[in-house]
Amino acid sequence: MAETTVHAAPVERTSTGLPSVKLAMWLFLASECLLFGALITTYVLYRGASTTGPYPNEIFDIRYTSVSSFVLLASSLTMVLSLTAAEQRDFARMRLWLVATAMLGLTFVGGQVYEFTSFYHEGLTIKSNLFGTTFYVLTGFHGVHVTVGILMLLSLVGMSWAGRLPDDQAFPVEMVGLYWHFVDIVWIVIFTVVYLIPQAKPAG
Amino acid sequence: MTMERLDEFHEEVGAQGIADPREAGHARRRHPSAKEYVRIGIILVVLTTLEVWTSYSGLPHGLLIGMLFGLALVKFVLVVLWYMHLRFDDARYSRFFIMGAAGAGILFLVVLLLLKAFAG
Amino acid sequence: MVTATSVPARRGIIRRPTAITGWWSWFTTVDHKKIGLLYGFSAFAFFLIGGIEALLIRSQLAKPDNTLLNADQYNQIFTMHGITMIFLFVMPMSAAFFNYLIPLMIGARDVAFPRLNAFSFWVFILGGLFLYSSWFLGGAPNGGWFGYPPNSTTDPSIGMTFYALGLVITGIASSAGAINLAVTVVNMRAPGMTLFRMPVFVWMGLVVQFLLAFALPIITVALFEMLFDRRWGTHFFDPTAGGQPLLWQNLFWLFGHPEVYILILPAFGIISEILPVFSRKPLFGYQFVVFSGIAIGFIGFGVWAHHMFAVGLGPVANTAFGITTAIIAVPTGIKIFNWMGTMYKGDIHFDSPMLFAVGAVAMFVIGGLSGVTHAVVPSDYQQTDTYYIVAHFHYVLFGGAVFGLFGAMYYWWPKVFARQLDELWGKVQFWILLVGFNLAFGPMHILGLGGMIRREYTYPASLGLTFWNQVSTVGAFLIALSVLVFTVNAVKTQRKTKGLADEDPWDARTLEWTTSCPPPIYNFEEIPVVHSVDEFWHRKYVEDREGRLVRVPAGASDHPADGHTEGHAIHLPSPSFWPLVASVGLPVIAYGVLYSWWLVGAGALVTVVGFMGWAMEPPVAE
Repeated sequence: MAETTVHAAPVERTSTGLPSVKLAMWLFLASECLLFGALITTYVLYRGASTTGPYPNEIFDIRYTSVSSFVLLASSLTMVLSLTAAEQRDFARMRLWLVATAMLGLTFVGGQVYEFTSFYHEGLTIKSNLFGTTFYVLTGFHGVHVTVGILMLLSLVGMSWAGRLPDDQAFPVEMVGLYWHFVDIVWIVIFTVVYLIPQAKPAG
Repeated sequence: MTMERLDEFHEEVGAQGIADPREAGHARRRHPSAKEYVRIGIILVVLTTLEVWTSYSGLPHGLLIGMLFGLALVKFVLVVLWYMHLRFDDARYSRFFIMGAAGAGILFLVVLLLLKAFAG
Repeated sequence: MVTATSVPARRGIIRRPTAITGWWSWFTTVDHKKIGLLYGFSAFAFFLIGGIEALLIRSQLAKPDNTLLNADQYNQIFTMHGITMIFLFVMPMSAAFFNYLIPLMIGARDVAFPRLNAFSFWVFILGGLFLYSSWFLGGAPNGGWFGYPPNSTTDPSIGMTFYALGLVITGIASSAGAINLAVTVVNMRAPGMTLFRMPVFVWMGLVVQFLLAFALPIITVALFEMLFDRRWGTHFFDPTAGGQPLLWQNLFWLFGHPEVYILILPAFGIISEILPVFSRKPLFGYQFVVFSGIAIGFIGFGVWAHHMFAVGLGPVANTAFGITTAIIAVPTGIKIFNWMGTMYKGDIHFDSPMLFAVGAVAMFVIGGLSGVTHAVVPSDYQQTDTYYIVAHFHYVLFGGAVFGLFGAMYYWWPKVFARQLDELWGKVQFWILLVGFNLAFGPMHILGLGGMIRREYTYPASLGLTFWNQVSTVGAFLIALSVLVFTVNAVKTQRKTKGLADEDPWDARTLEWTTSCPPPIYNFEEIPVVHSVDEFWHRKYVEDREGRLVRVPAGASDHPADGHTEGHAIHLPSPSFWPLVASVGLPVIAYGVLYSWWLVGAGALVTVVGFMGWAMEPPVAE
């Protein structure tokens, strides 16, 4: 593909020459690392510490969750493709990729809702044991982040469609994209720590 | 801001290492092409497949955990460097993020050690 | 500065507020100075409330076996005293000064995100009111500001649920404010204002914002885990199901210790501004003060377990954290010596701001020294959970932070209100406060070493603790008297007609004093160009051949780089309803968690609508 076309964006005069919103976004994401770090730490601390069942190895369906992981990865790809489109000022294509990203995100959240429901029916509630407690809260926090991301994506589509975005539409797309990819990398860690690493045999 | 004023501004501050806003505006645009994004996407899919395979592989526990963490780390870094294009962006964004990500990693590792999470 | 707004012209959903005066304008303002004032007034109101709680505590302890308060009331009052003073007074009061002064000190017209700034304030005040509404809805938090489980998770009253929710809300306010102010300092500096030309107050502000951004998410998670344990029966801190209360302690202090520096570094910044002005000398070792502040920020994240020496972490962990704790005394000591170096051979003027600044340094040193005594693990075993600790942290936080904040009020009052607080009454307040403070908290060292345990609601006469408790109570009432003197002074000053004989009453050194008092809404007509540390001072004085200071004659003081016309169309951010709307949803969600899912939905809807309206609205109205 040809070199991405450069369009002069309205440059704010800042001390660093960097846009304030982007600095703020990165600082926010850095701060979010601590949030998910604390949640993941809690999960890791309580791995195998549940005193009663159901235990993870009786509940998890890694194949099912793997599909969810692929969906979220794919949404990261559609997100960057939307950014490329925005940088080429092809706003219709940009919106298309944004909608695709939101749909993939919805699929992921839908998958999570289904997963939670089926775990519930297998007897794992948030009160059952430490596994239920830590699992639902950690993945739930992540799910809420995905949901917020979907809201932002759809707002972006709506605002772009209604002509309510600034001329440089690539910038807000890039910012929402940063958040979206962050949620994706958090899932990369959660997928490994929660699902992929086999649980040791339950204590007692 | 007039050009004359802008030049004066650079004269004032250029020596102190404050970036030229005109260049900074362009630097922000050096993002990977769609083809490169797709290539990274394919690598991520392959790595994830490998992860799932590893999880079922029945390798010795230590090796398995090492491999899974290694793969996750590679995926994490790929997304951050390409999709979040830190590789192409100003180093100051990376500094912010590394402070958070590495800081979280170190602090919480100490917490887990203090709570003897890996004992036994 | 002419902002290149490329936002297409459009109408908002509801009409955009335009008023910048009148009572309604306070609800929609995005001006950092007004928001600073809102923070200041709210924080001072909470200071008075927290002070009344302190007086109740001291009255209860004034005699043995007292029955003024019962144990339950006492628990609620000491918990709310701690929460109020930390989260609703010192933090927002520091935010008030950061908000008002940082843009002025770095030569900016506003913060980086003015509407986010308004949002932070509204979330803070609503979070504070939410916490206080607990008194009327079944009881205030009663498990201490540190909220250790399982006591806090199993307590049957509703208080600690309010604690968890309320602190999450105020945490959101502080996080948003932290990111905003950090980006402001990094990105909004005037031409020539390099990082190492910034006033130390701005530097300390930057460090504090980073501490907030990295510490608050940790407590947020801990609070959510507590909330889930209390509200939905999870087992995070439930030992009967394998949960570990020690996890809470680690997460809490991983936040809690950086929090200590969040409280004290603003005062360090204030002291570093006041001492040079009233010693008529530049700050001694500017770079050292800055770097030691940054060092405190980093090391502050590596000492948290010293709050847990007695819980049995083991000798290796205790030793390691004992060492890091001793190390953090080094950068703090560097600052103390730099301040002394600043005053050494200075032309010292003991005006009220200077008295408070010097008082803060002296009191902080006492608190710092007692702090070193519990960095030593065996010594801490003796002191932990006694009044010795209460004495220590009041010396650093009241003696350091609150003295510093009072100094800041006297120093910047003319800047903000164009009136000067009465000097005589200022000095009277200082001496009453100094005596009262030492009477209130000094004896607590003795009480603690004599075996008086923290948080006990009463004590028997046979323990021999009565005398020093009575001294302490007298001291507390003297502190109250000094606050009363300040309040009367402030009210009387505000009744005087506005106007200063000299708009630079202290012969100050930093940029905020180049503006009028109070500064115009746009702060600077022309964005200043900065050439050195203490820019304003160097515009006023030059050195002659013998190195003596000579005042630049009036009129010639116009800096050569000023006077450019950048075009006088100054685009200021316009007022907005949306930050207020978005913030109102948060306490509604919190009440919903307590009472009904419908409220959660309603609150979430309000917040989402608020953010949507915000996103659709351009920062500057056409």
